[in-house]
This record gives sequence, structure tokens and C-alpha cells, in this order.
Amino acid sequence: MPNQNLAVPELAAIQIDGMTRSSFLMKSALAAGAVYGTATVGPFVKQAFAQEGGGGDVDILNFALTLEYLEAAYYDMGLKETKGLKGDAKAVAEQLAKDENEHVEFLTSAISDAGGEPVKAPGVQFMDAFASQDSFLKLAQTFEDTGVSAYNGAGPQLQNKDFLAAAGTIVQIEGRHAALIRFLNGVDITEGAFDKTLEMEEVLTAVQPFIKA
Amino acid sequence: MEETRLEAPREGTALGEISRDETSRKRFLKLVGGTGAASALAILVAACGDDEESSTTGGSGGSSTQETSTGQSTKADNGDVEIVNYALTLEYLEADFYQQVLDSGEITDKAIAEAAKKIGMNEQEHVDALKATVEQLGGTPVEAPATKFEDVIAGGPKMILATAAQVENLGAAAYLGQAALIKSPEILAAALSIHTVEARHAAALNQLAGNKFQGNDPLVGSIPDGAFAKPMTMEQVLKKVQPFLA
Repeated sequence: MPNQNLAVPELAAIQIDGMTRSSFLMKSALAAGAVYGTATVGPFVKQAFAQEGGGGDVDILNFALTLEYLEAAYYDMGLKETKGLKGDAKAVAEQLAKDENEHVEFLTSAISDAGGEPVKAPGVQFMDAFASQDSFLKLAQTFEDTGVSAYNGAGPQLQNKDFLAAAGTIVQIEGRHAALIRFLNGVDITEGAFDKTLEMEEVLTAVQPFIKA
Repeated sequence: MEETRLEAPREGTALGEISRDETSRKRFLKLVGGTGAASALAILVAACGDDEESSTTGGSGGSSTQETSTGQSTKADNGDVEIVNYALTLEYLEADFYQQVLDSGEITDKAIAEAAKKIGMNEQEHVDALKATVEQLGGTPVEAPATKFEDVIAGGPKMILATAAQVENLGAAAYLGQAALIKSPEILAAALSIHTVEARHAAALNQLAGNKFQGNDPLVGSIPDGAFAKPMTMEQVLKKVQPFLA
């Protein structure tokens, strides 16, 4: 693991049921790839995630915007396509879809206001995640946990304190989403007392199976 | 009326003085050098304490000795120490609450008791980590506040759960309120990693308490502010926790 690239390598080294956190997420990404088939990363993804080690606030916000697009698309599509989605799970999915779409709108404006060019919505593929309520919620958990770690990793790199404050108001919501989904999945709401931090590169690895050109 | 017990540390307060006092800062740095506390945050701060001022002669990067150079303490910002102490006070309060709740035996529902236990353990880890961080930064950790949860606990499981749900929403808002004020990127990273755990607790406890996504009160609901969480200032938070302070 390229732990020296982590902002908080010690947190990443914390064990989750015998696995390091990095390998835990990596394993999720690999498992997704294994289950759903090899995904190709198109030029678009490279563009959206191109910055290495942080290329300024606008790049970080665009990185966040791509993740939010991905989450919003997941819930929008999931609400339409998931077989047997009902009750609390449906209500949570509706709320989360609303929140993620608001995040997309907010980040798009913020990037424009900062003089940047907001990235376009990525092409997405969720394989057979919508085959059942269980599979829908399972992948939702990965997205929300990854979102939390992505924002937490990017936060300290933001130069503009207003952007940092804004990222904070969003990441708290991602954390709440993650807990609600985990609650529905019947698993622990946290992996220990400190949420893991992910670098952009690691986030890309985690989400790349779901993005297509 | 001891209303000022938890007053936010600011210029001229005892806490402010202590955190600016060079001697106690050094004393504590020395103390910390000897502990083997394996808290994630303590290690984090230690790891990030490689002072940029010291000349980087020939690959000295991997030095693991706890040489408490003044470089580290000058790097530590007094404001950060105060913020971490503030967070520590809130975490003490939370940890104590769950401990008292569990000790009371009022929670008979197994799932809820289990959740309270796990969340309480998280809070205790936050206490340990924040305490070590204050020391690492050369400050003096605040004492655990004297608490007053008797009325809440006597109110039974429903009131306990409703209070826990509110306190966690408060905690999340409190961390959010400090994020942009933290100077050190390392302390910020650590605070963020705790902030989202508080958010997770808050959402789950509001769900367990039977609250909807949003409630009538800003501190009620699993996603009480909608898509964008609202921060709270120290003053706002301290006012809300006053009823729980003895």
C-alpha cells in the first residue's frame, strides 16, 4: 500500500477485522470488479481525477463533484430500477437522492463562482446492483463510506477556508447517510472511532468500476 | 449557580493562560515523550510533528525519537489547543453519559444497549486521543467536567435515547463549527475523522429514537438540516450543554 501518500497513514493502518482500512476499501473495489467484470476507465475519468497530490481548490471541488454525480445517479437510478425496494430503505434512498442532487448543484455553482469549469456528469454503470434491495443497499454503503473518506482526505488540502467550511457541511451529511445505510444493512455504523481518510488516487480506485467513458 | 464552568477559553481565561505558558507546554511535551499511549491521534500528531524549521540534513525524515524540540511547540497554535480542549470537554461529557446510562441498567433493549456500549467506546477513544493531542501540542488537557444526567436517566429509555440523539447532533455541529478555525492541517484531519463519526452516531441514534430525517427542533432528526449540515459556535454549544453540567 502506498501509505506514504496518505495524509493520515496512522489512521489508515488501523485494522478492520484483521484488514487494514486501505486494503478493506481496495478489496471492496477489487471485489466489485471481480463480481461485475473488469471496468474500463475512460478518458473522462482520467480528466476528472487527473490531479496528482492536489491541483488546487477547484480541482478538489471537481473531484468532489464527480463523486456526488456518481452518488446522485446511483440513487436516482436505484429508485427506479431496484427490485423490491420499499419501506424504510426506499424512504432513505429518496432522502439521499435529494441530498446528493443538492450537493451536485451546490458544487457546480461553487466551482463556477470560483472561476473554474465544473466537470460534466460521468457515465455510470452499476452492473447488477439494482437486482435487489440488499444489493442496492450494499453498494450504497460503499459509496457513502468512500464519500466520507474522500472528503475527509481532501479537506485539509483546501486552501480557501470557505470551501473547507462548505466541504464540512457536506461531509457531515455523507457520514449521516453512511450510518443510515449501515443501520439498514444491520452492520456497525462505524469502523472504529475515527473515520478513515482516503487520498484521491485511492478514491479513484474504489469508484472506477462504476464510471465509464 | 456555577454557570461559567464550561465557558469557552478565550483571552485572559485560565485555560488561555495555560495554553500560552511556555513552561507548562514544555513540561507536558516532556511527559508525552514517555507515554506509550497508542491512540491514533497521539501517533498522528507525533508523526506530523517533524518540524519544518529544523534543517533537513541528509535524510533525517525517519527519526522516531520523541525529541521534543521547541520547533514542535512553536508550530502548535494556541487556538488549536483551545479547540482541542473544547472538543475534549464535549467528548468527556458524551463518554460519561453513555457510561452512566449503561451503569444505570435502565436500557433493557439489547440492541439499544449494544449501540450505547459501542458508541460510548468510540467517545472514550476520542477522549483518550484528544487528551494526548493537547499534551502533544504542549497544552494542558482540561479536566473532565462534573456532569448531571440523573434527570435524564430517571426519565427512562425513551428520554435517554432522545437525549443521546440530541447530544450527538450537538457534537457533530460543534466539530463542524471549529473545522475552518483549526490552523494545523494534522489537527484538522484528525478533527474531520472524528466529526464524521459523531455524524454517524447522530444519524443512527435519531433513527433508533424514532425521529424522522428532520424534526421541529434543529437538534432533532437523523439529517436535521437537510443536505447541508449547520455548524454551531462554541457559545451556542456550551449553552446547550449547560443543563448537563453539575
